[in-house]
Amino acid sequence: MAAIEAHGLRKAFGTTVALNGIDLRLEEGRILGIIGPNGAGKTTALNAILGLTPYQGTLQVLGRNPWTQRDQLMRDVAFIADVAVLPRWMRVSQLLDYVAGVHPRFSRDRAQGFLAKTAIQPDAKIRHLSKGMVTQLHLALVMAIDARLLVLDEPTLGLDSLYRKQFYDSLLNDYFDRSRTIVVTTHQVEEFQDLLTDVIFMDRGRILLNSTIEEYESRYLELIVHPEQVAAARALKPIYERQLFDRGILLFDHGDRQQLGALGDVRTPSIADLFVAVVGQAQGAQGATR
Amino acid sequence: MNTPANTIPTSLDTQTIPSAAFSMTRPFFWSLRRELWEYRSIYIAPLAAAAIFLIGFLISTIHLPRQMRTLSAPALHQTIMTPYDFVAGLLMLTAMAVGLFYCLDALNGERRDRSILFWKSLPVSDTTAVLAKASIPFVVLPLITFAVTVAAQWIMLLLSSAVLLGNGLSADMLWTHVHLFPMSLMLLYHLITVHVLWHAPFYGWLFLISAWARRAAFLWAVLPIIAIAFVEKIAFNTSHFATFLGDRLGGGAEAMTLPGSMPIDPGVHITLGRYLGTPGLWIGLAFTAICLAAAVQLRRYRSPV
Repeated sequence: MAAIEAHGLRKAFGTTVALNGIDLRLEEGRILGIIGPNGAGKTTALNAILGLTPYQGTLQVLGRNPWTQRDQLMRDVAFIADVAVLPRWMRVSQLLDYVAGVHPRFSRDRAQGFLAKTAIQPDAKIRHLSKGMVTQLHLALVMAIDARLLVLDEPTLGLDSLYRKQFYDSLLNDYFDRSRTIVVTTHQVEEFQDLLTDVIFMDRGRILLNSTIEEYESRYLELIVHPEQVAAARALKPIYERQLFDRGILLFDHGDRQQLGALGDVRTPSIADLFVAVVGQAQGAQGATR
Repeated sequence: MNTPANTIPTSLDTQTIPSAAFSMTRPFFWSLRRELWEYRSIYIAPLAAAAIFLIGFLISTIHLPRQMRTLSAPALHQTIMTPYDFVAGLLMLTAMAVGLFYCLDALNGERRDRSILFWKSLPVSDTTAVLAKASIPFVVLPLITFAVTVAAQWIMLLLSSAVLLGNGLSADMLWTHVHLFPMSLMLLYHLITVHVLWHAPFYGWLFLISAWARRAAFLWAVLPIIAIAFVEKIAFNTSHFATFLGDRLGGGAEAMTLPGSMPIDPGVHITLGRYLGTPGLWIGLAFTAICLAAAVQLRRYRSPV
């Protein structure tokens, strides 16, 4: 069964179109990264998936309608909307009591096991925890929920690099087991490039690229050439070109590896570079038609 | 016969209750506990009001032995009974003030601090969350008011008895004037008919504004009411709306005879039939239900502020 299946997903706030007809299918057991600039519609898409906002079009999450069945859906879905949303007035122990009380698939022992590895005291008030500790606490909570789908919206925003590293390490080592599905949005692409099995680029409410990582690696090539070879490389129709010192860096969609290899060094582009190419190109095209 | 009758429900219990009960009762119970963790004034304010009152009462009982010798019987009855009415009234006012601020913040605060995104990440429906919040002014506060009032009245009776005994006087007279059990029943009746059912539309309105307003919920709750009364006064030189609200706030008088007298006086009589026959009661309850249903929908639709 698909973890997420959307057809013609649309959402507008007044005259601002946040989601402009999204089609998406994500199988269970995948780790999807949704990458896009601010205002691309990432959070709106997640909010629709989590039943936090009404939408047009059809959407099924784990076989349920998220808008009408949010409370049942949340037994199988865990999410971190933003690091700062844990109730500041609550004590850590009260938070554990409450989640254990309302969530049939929450393991208090597991959460306490995670917390034991941190400096978080059970009787501490959340308002007295540092930003990194609140994230650790929230992560400990969601990792103790036996969920089928975990959704993380900019989970590491505002955290220093040490915490970010720990965050992704524990996510992979302690949580992901190939049967669960994880959806992450971010604009700090580099950090979880290695985690992903699927990637989506979004801009202005549209999906610009939707690919598995295997597909991505076979489809996109980056060619690094000396100035004298640039003209020859350009003749092969790169989708994007930039300069780094005196080298030309050209991005090819469905390029021929051998043909390109004759001109210079060929490698798989980083997601961040491809993102700049794809989103920049789309924005340029949009600007030209206006 | 006994054995099969006993075993069948037990087997049903283990199979069907966990999923069914988990879906409603447990989330409701924990949501209610959560409210009491967050808004501790719900029980601290009545306890503090009662404690302060009891200190004042203790000091005033010093005069009781002298008053018993000098005052006439009706005046003495009045002197003895007044503090019992007063403590009940004080705690009712405290509960109304707590209820006012609680209701205005209950659906607004969670959006202001964005914690609603966390609450909504858990399998608790908006209906359960709003009903748990609504049960604070409709169930929890009246019960706390009742329990604290009755406890304070017992302490008062025991304290004044102790003072009389300490002065070598008999406390019998006190116990013939103060009938705590009928007083408690009247108090409970008054709380349910007036503070829960008759005042329900106020709380419903406050919840609605709390769920709707982005900020300044108090002003949004109060200003439209003042504006309507004001416009009516200017346009028609009448004050029906203000009178209507005043009646609603001070009303529920249909529940008892002797309107205007202190409600816990055992001399009054309940008139439940007349109360239940008042259309205003049912119109008010329907308005409350509409407000709460709207608050549930607003909690679903509204994004954090």
